[in-house]
Amino acid sequence: MTLSGALAVASCTDPGMVRSHNEDSIASDGDQGLVVLADGMGGYNAGEVASGMATTVIITELQQLLEKRVPYEIDAHSGQLVAHQLLHEQIAKANTSIYQAAQSQPQYAGMGTTLVVALFYDNKMTVAHIGDSRMYRLRGGELRQVTKDHSLLQEQIDSGVITPQQARQSQNKNLVTRALGIDPIVEAEIHDYETQPEDIYLLCSDGLCDMVSDDDIGLALQTLSSNLKLCAQHLVQTANDNGGRDNISVILVRVLRDYPAPRSIVGKMMSWFK
Amino acid sequence: MAKLILSMDGLVLKEIALTKERTTIGRKPHNDIQIDNLAVSGEHAVIVTILQDSFLEDLGSTNGTVVNGQPIKKHFLQNNDIIELGKYKLKYVNEAVAGQAKAADFEKTMVLRPGSVKAATPAPAAAAAPVAAPVAAAAAGGARNFSDTVAGQSATAAPVAPPKPAAVPQKNGALQLLSGANAGKELDLTKPLTTLGKPGVQVAVITRRPQGFFITHVEGVSFPVVNGKTLDAQAHSLNDHDVIELAGVKMEFFLKT
Repeated sequence: MTLSGALAVASCTDPGMVRSHNEDSIASDGDQGLVVLADGMGGYNAGEVASGMATTVIITELQQLLEKRVPYEIDAHSGQLVAHQLLHEQIAKANTSIYQAAQSQPQYAGMGTTLVVALFYDNKMTVAHIGDSRMYRLRGGELRQVTKDHSLLQEQIDSGVITPQQARQSQNKNLVTRALGIDPIVEAEIHDYETQPEDIYLLCSDGLCDMVSDDDIGLALQTLSSNLKLCAQHLVQTANDNGGRDNISVILVRVLRDYPAPRSIVGKMMSWFK
Repeated sequence: MAKLILSMDGLVLKEIALTKERTTIGRKPHNDIQIDNLAVSGEHAVIVTILQDSFLEDLGSTNGTVVNGQPIKKHFLQNNDIIELGKYKLKYVNEAVAGQAKAADFEKTMVLRPGSVKAATPAPAAAAAPVAAPVAAAAAGGARNFSDTVAGQSATAAPVAPPKPAAVPQKNGALQLLSGANAGKELDLTKPLTTLGKPGVQVAVITRRPQGFFITHVEGVSFPVVNGKTLDAQAHSLNDHDVIELAGVKMEFFLKT
């Protein structure tokens, strides 16, 4: 199944103004409706290794699986939506690969990565995330954060210890409560969302949202929507102009048209009788 | 590590490192910071420290707790805050903020595993079950509207400003239209991004950066012309009195003092 022409995708990744390494990794396949972003952590180059493994495993495996599996169908064995099942399995696979590498090679000990993945199909998307890499949506001039960070700060906000405004001043940034590759098993948070033509989705590492206010992100998405590549570069540049203290990665997805699932006649008949 | 410097009438009495999760302040001897003064309540206030952040809470004291001149009930301490208890002053110093070289290390993303922070604080250790509905979170998070295209000045009134070292160029820029129906009109370039042209035909954007103003082609087959020269896809730095031609309209860029 291909979504050719339904989505426009652009991305940009940059080490920022302070770091020498870029520990972020990004991958995308617009025709398959697949975007992946990971922000690695760990000493020396271990962060790059972890995030690179995550994006590579997830994109290559899913590309192959999507040749034969249909994301909007229900899996006969598990009763799960195939999209969820595929994401669960491949995230678990990436987790195992990173965890085993970290266990077996001392230079990779303790490495891990955040992850945000989106799979677009049938006028919908399934988003899986772990850690503090985010997805935002711009619809009708309104910017909303789609994912909720797995971080100490988010937990403090949820429990009322601090307000979102105070969180901007906190010294406890970058403490994630979930990451890929740290433990033998990880649970990704997975949700489905309807999409609409003209929606713009932004996947980003914390190097963007820590340095650029939501207002400025929204303004950039709104103003530069007709040139996604320029928009991605502009967001990275703004983060760098504001100090660029961390690696900065962005992936932008713009929904150009509807992309309903090409269901068979029999399938349609079945749905009428339900 | 954050610390408090206790002083009275400008005289430093002692320094207290905030090593404990709860540091109590009061007149009675069992407090971590004992201040033997009648203006201070027996159990006056407490400082809860969670990793690098510290929160001050008044424990219903008779004379109250004042931070930077404001009476508070609960306060998220920031570097160099002055806490006043009667005649005594406590200055909050957070070394992590003060030492920028060290701060860079703190910004490395780390995993906080359940159990690595003692959870006696108001924060429940919700690490295992924060799978809350993201839609509700987004709604509560306050969606912002950008539909206003001309007047929205995000930089001036934003209550939540990210760290912006020298994010604003010294001079303000503006455009004056030289031809077309609106010839003579001025447009102040106050926003970080200002688009020019006709959507679908030709659009360029002027970005306001710490280094100055830049014009970049956004969409359309023809590219903007600056001082008679056609630009390429790269951003072009604008100088005072540059003449821009775009979608059949001429305009002059100038810096305001």
